[in-house]
Amino acid sequence: METITLPHLPNHPLQLLLFRNVKNAAFLRQQLLDGNTDFEYAFLDAAVILSRQHVLAACFKAINGISQGRLKSKNVHSEIVFDMSPNSNISESFRRFGVSDTTKDILAIKVAPKDPAQVEQHLRDSVRGTTIFITDENLASMTDQARIRKAYKVDVVSQEAEAYIIGCIAIKGS
Amino acid sequence: MASSQEDHPLQTQPQPRTLPPPFNTSPAPCVLIAQGAESLLYRTTFLTPTQPAALKVRPEKKWRHPTLDKRLTRQRVLAEARVLVKLSGEGIVAGGGGRKVKDPKKGKEKESGGDGGGEGVGVGALRGVVPAVLGLDWERGWIVMEWIEGVTVKQAIYARDLADEAALKGLLRRIGGVVGLLHKAGVVHGDLTTSNVMLRPTVSSSSTTTEEGEKTKVGDGGDGAGLDGDIALIDFGLATQSISDEDRAVDLYVLERAFGSTHPKEEGLFGEVLEAYGESMGKGGKVVLRRLEDVRMRGRKKSMIG
Ligand SMILES: Nc1ncnc2c1ncn2[C@@H]1O[C@H](COP(=O)(O)OP(=O)(O)OP(=O)(O)O)[C@@H](O)[C@H]1O
Ligand SMILES: [Mg+2]
Repeated sequence: METITLPHLPNHPLQLLLFRNVKNAAFLRQQLLDGNTDFEYAFLDAAVILSRQHVLAACFKAINGISQGRLKSKNVHSEIVFDMSPNSNISESFRRFGVSDTTKDILAIKVAPKDPAQVEQHLRDSVRGTTIFITDENLASMTDQARIRKAYKVDVVSQEAEAYIIGCIAIKGS
Repeated sequence: MASSQEDHPLQTQPQPRTLPPPFNTSPAPCVLIAQGAESLLYRTTFLTPTQPAALKVRPEKKWRHPTLDKRLTRQRVLAEARVLVKLSGEGIVAGGGGRKVKDPKKGKEKESGGDGGGEGVGVGALRGVVPAVLGLDWERGWIVMEWIEGVTVKQAIYARDLADEAALKGLLRRIGGVVGLLHKAGVVHGDLTTSNVMLRPTVSSSSTTTEEGEKTKVGDGGDGAGLDGDIALIDFGLATQSISDEDRAVDLYVLERAFGSTHPKEEGLFGEVLEAYGESMGKGGKVVLRRLEDVRMRGRKKSMIG
């Protein structure tokens, strides 16, 4: 488990947990579809995550947008999934970046948890997978290059592409 | 891992009043670096407490009508961000060339036909040459970019070793080469001056980065070594996507005039910039340089009429 406080957003610490080889993605997706309030998390498919910076850029955009009164989806957690996407199509962004029935690795994010210990326990109990550290190396090992290429319309998936992808997230919606 | 909030040096003074949210209430320092006519530039951190970043803010203009002011600010911030994102995608975006990014000057058909792309300059060729965009809020008028270490070329030339003309020539050639790359990528800068070109210390693979992400700077001594380093272009607030020879020639002319008035002693060496530009632009370069002569003529006539 890791807690990250983004510079300039001290009131919105992020609690993150990365799961590998998740066995019950379909169940998790169903909880979100049912609107189960015990599952107020951003569940991201790690296959379309390039790096820590990549996710943090989407988190910043989501939290800042909401603080400025610009919520485009349901809540801050769905907004993070939405803001991973380079375009403003909400259902497409959930399909591409959220959890699907076949998702293997999941990055779970909780914004400003009231009780971090309880959140961690609940995630560990609910997501059937192995937790691993959220390092760029571990994230890279989960990346599906073809899916990133498709989602961001890029030819190359590399360190060079990160700057462009983060830039696309920043100007999305303009 | 513990919350990283302790990593921020405690803010001892309140943030400057001109800062928009969320920076106005942030515990992470925003240090004013430069104050221009239109914008304020702060050094801060972004996404992680150790990543240095440049926060460019376009504050409200109280004397302008609020609706108009908002719209103009939004346009300028977005124009800069879009061009920077397009450039960072050079050679990366599917289909080659630059990605079609909405033209900042919407509705105004450019000679380029609005295809948004030049010839393409290779994978990540402009990575490091222009700052990457890290964050943005066009409603609030701010953009956060990658921090470019080093000094402006203006500062570097002022502090140069006058005996070392070769170092200056080398610097001017590198500038010409980079402007050529920019034009080739389908973008004209719109405000090329030696304050908007930076000289960043060459990052050698062995270079150590301190906790704050600071790298050793060049250009603070008066020796010729102060002109070594990689060229980076900043300040894309007036940039446009264009592949027209006229726009490109005007871009060079603006730089030529700015260079001459800022560095009168060095003015005679400006030819180095143009020569390197021609080489890096390839086949299209000659046409632009010829066009530059027309632009100069017009410039002279204009100044004669007054
Ligand atoms: N990305 C950056 N990294 C480091 N320093 C920067 C960066 N961007 C700008 N600066 C510094 O801040 C100064 C002002 O920035 P910039 O030229 O973008 O603003 P400006 O001239 O006020 O802009 P505009 O003309 O669009 O209103 C630069 O001359 C440079 O010293
Ligand atoms: Mg400037």
